[in-house]
Amino acid sequence: MTKMLVISPEVCTGCRTCEVTCSLAHEAKFSPNVSRVTVYSWEEEGISVPMMCVQCEDAFCQNVCPTHAITRDSATGALLVSKAACIGCKLCVQACPFGGSAYDAASKQILKCDLCGGDPKCAKYCPSKALQYVDANKANTGRKRAYAARLKPANQGVNR
Amino acid sequence: MFAYKGQILRVNLATGSITREPIDPKAARQYIGCRGLGTWYMMKEVNPKVDALSPDNKLIFLTGPLTGTAAPAGGRFEVVTKSPLTGCIAASNSGGYWGPELKYAGFDGIIFEGKAEKPVYLWINDGEVELRSAEKVWGKDVPKTTEMLRAETDPDAKVSCIGPAGENLVLLAVIMNDHNRAAGRSGVGAVMGSKNLKAVVVRGTGAVEVSDPDGFEDVMARHRTQLAEHGVTGQGLPTYGTMVLVNILNSVGGFPVNNFRDSGTWSKAEQISGEALKDQYLVRNKGCFGCNIDCGRVTKIPSGPYAGMGEGPEYEAGWSYGADCGVSDLAAICKANFLCNELGMDPISLGSTIACAMELYENGHVSLKETGKPVMFGDADAIVELTRATAYREGFGNLLAEGSYRLASKFGHPELSMSVKKQEIPAYEPRAIQGIGLNYATSNRGGCHVRGYMISPEVLGIPEKLDMQSTAEKPAWVKAFQDVTASVDSAGLCLFVTFGIGAPEVTEQLNVATGFEYTVEEVLKAGDRVYNLERQFNLLAGLRKEDDTLPKRILKDGLKFGPQKGKVNRLAEMLPEYYKARGWDADGRPTKAKLEELDLAFATSPKA
Repeated sequence: MTKMLVISPEVCTGCRTCEVTCSLAHEAKFSPNVSRVTVYSWEEEGISVPMMCVQCEDAFCQNVCPTHAITRDSATGALLVSKAACIGCKLCVQACPFGGSAYDAASKQILKCDLCGGDPKCAKYCPSKALQYVDANKANTGRKRAYAARLKPANQGVNR
Repeated sequence: MFAYKGQILRVNLATGSITREPIDPKAARQYIGCRGLGTWYMMKEVNPKVDALSPDNKLIFLTGPLTGTAAPAGGRFEVVTKSPLTGCIAASNSGGYWGPELKYAGFDGIIFEGKAEKPVYLWINDGEVELRSAEKVWGKDVPKTTEMLRAETDPDAKVSCIGPAGENLVLLAVIMNDHNRAAGRSGVGAVMGSKNLKAVVVRGTGAVEVSDPDGFEDVMARHRTQLAEHGVTGQGLPTYGTMVLVNILNSVGGFPVNNFRDSGTWSKAEQISGEALKDQYLVRNKGCFGCNIDCGRVTKIPSGPYAGMGEGPEYEAGWSYGADCGVSDLAAICKANFLCNELGMDPISLGSTIACAMELYENGHVSLKETGKPVMFGDADAIVELTRATAYREGFGNLLAEGSYRLASKFGHPELSMSVKKQEIPAYEPRAIQGIGLNYATSNRGGCHVRGYMISPEVLGIPEKLDMQSTAEKPAWVKAFQDVTASVDSAGLCLFVTFGIGAPEVTEQLNVATGFEYTVEEVLKAGDRVYNLERQFNLLAGLRKEDDTLPKRILKDGLKFGPQKGKVNRLAEMLPEYYKARGWDADGRPTKAKLEELDLAFATSPKA
């Protein structure tokens, strides 16, 4: 079963638990700056949007990489950066239209979501289910059902 | 040092000097951080008799070891100073994201000294720190200040600032951070205003490193599950926010009404409940840093005279502007609360002060000449208008700005101020709930529910249900709750986690973070130490035994309505036993033996 990370900003509370659990898992410290996920919040409107690599099928980062350092993990579908092959040119950072990969100057490495090898901590600890790791075939059913529920009252008034 | 950054900033606003100094590892272990460590600095550096609004007072922002980690709700910081409202120690705790950002920028805390000649703000950009002119934002409200300073520094910076109320030295002024979070009580915003310090803006890209990262995930995961599975932290607070308490307190007959004059139960409670807020105005839930409770409410009044958007109200604010002022218009209550956030004031104290004014007016103690307009219980427009007027000290607002005690005293009726040590008591009736009354009377920052939240055992039954009217066991419980609260506050955690986890869990978290290998007893003793240090500060400031009391009405007049009708608070039965449980003498002074046991011998005389 192929799984994917589903991001639902409409229920994100902006708590940033994803950021610190990500940095703990990858860097053994608490540092949103090296987290592979970042929550952007507009406090006045109460809107928060988690941003991270969305593991494109046809990925700019992979295509632009001169050393083919970015490969796909066949088990999880994650695009992984090989530290050995990466030359630090940062072209992937510039190529990604979503800001999905970043460069950490301190450790001289590319920071990009690797789906934690199939158990992404951000989704595991997200208290509001704004991040969920689910069967890709069923990833849209929650939203579909929610929208269908909004149409339901209108349809209750329609007679054949 | 793990979990700490190991250095604090010292900023002298008069000279502009900015220095860095290491934190004392022994003090860190003994006082943990935040509230405890801040009070330790105050005792060492400030004479408790200092005029709170003079340049000689200091204003301290401090994080704790768990601030900025993934400990559930581990994002808190504390503002510690001497309060201009109470004359006691002020320790105001806030959430949001500012505290973690300060640590990521490389500092555990900041000590501000002196007074700037002209308005300034401090800009901390990782290791680079500078004082900048704040003249462009002086006079601006919190949202405007936040956005202007972000535009001037970094769009991702975190801003802690005062609004017009702090600038105007309103004694109920708060320090706001991240738009809608507040270091809320005891007038800490007025101290910041007195120093001409408008804001502290922080951007940090560093890290908090802990002693046992692998162990940390295991501990954090277990405690997050405990909180998620608990009825209060997993259901009640996430679903309805703290306003869930309206119907609960009303149903047990512990709901204060009309300045505590008509207390017990209120026929209109349902209209201002958490359930009503959710149905009518809730946009979504909001979480502070690292929190899996997410009790925050983003709320919106879409149209009408009270249109606006923001966060809250919390239970105590909803109560003070609601039942305590006799107002059942939830939109007006939300609006008054939004204004408090925007203008930078404490809605608990301000709502209660307006309630006091309403009783003074209805009794004829204050006239239309002073108020300008009638100030009557139930007037929804009045709570909104007077809130705005108070921030700018306009008209009658200039008197409200001093809080209920000074207001009521000015008109000859201090007994109508529902305060302890000149700070307003919150939303729980001490006549119906005995232990919360003892906590109010002995809270080191004056009337306050979160020094020892006895509502947890007395009403909610956590960790076990106590009889609300019994007094015998309450002194020991109040002491225990006050101590564990001081530890939790000092750790950098939100007090709300204590519904679902206790001192053993907090100790586990502190140990995987700091590596100190604390025992549970040592963590609780740290809380006891903090409580006694605060008490010493207050005694040296001039506090007397007679100040450990409750408003006359609470001790003498029976409750008017509900299942606890006729009851009064029996403080006299509890206070001597409380002093004994604390190791204090009959005058409420920590004994020499107690101070030595807690390594507090240094705290017996004021700093020279």
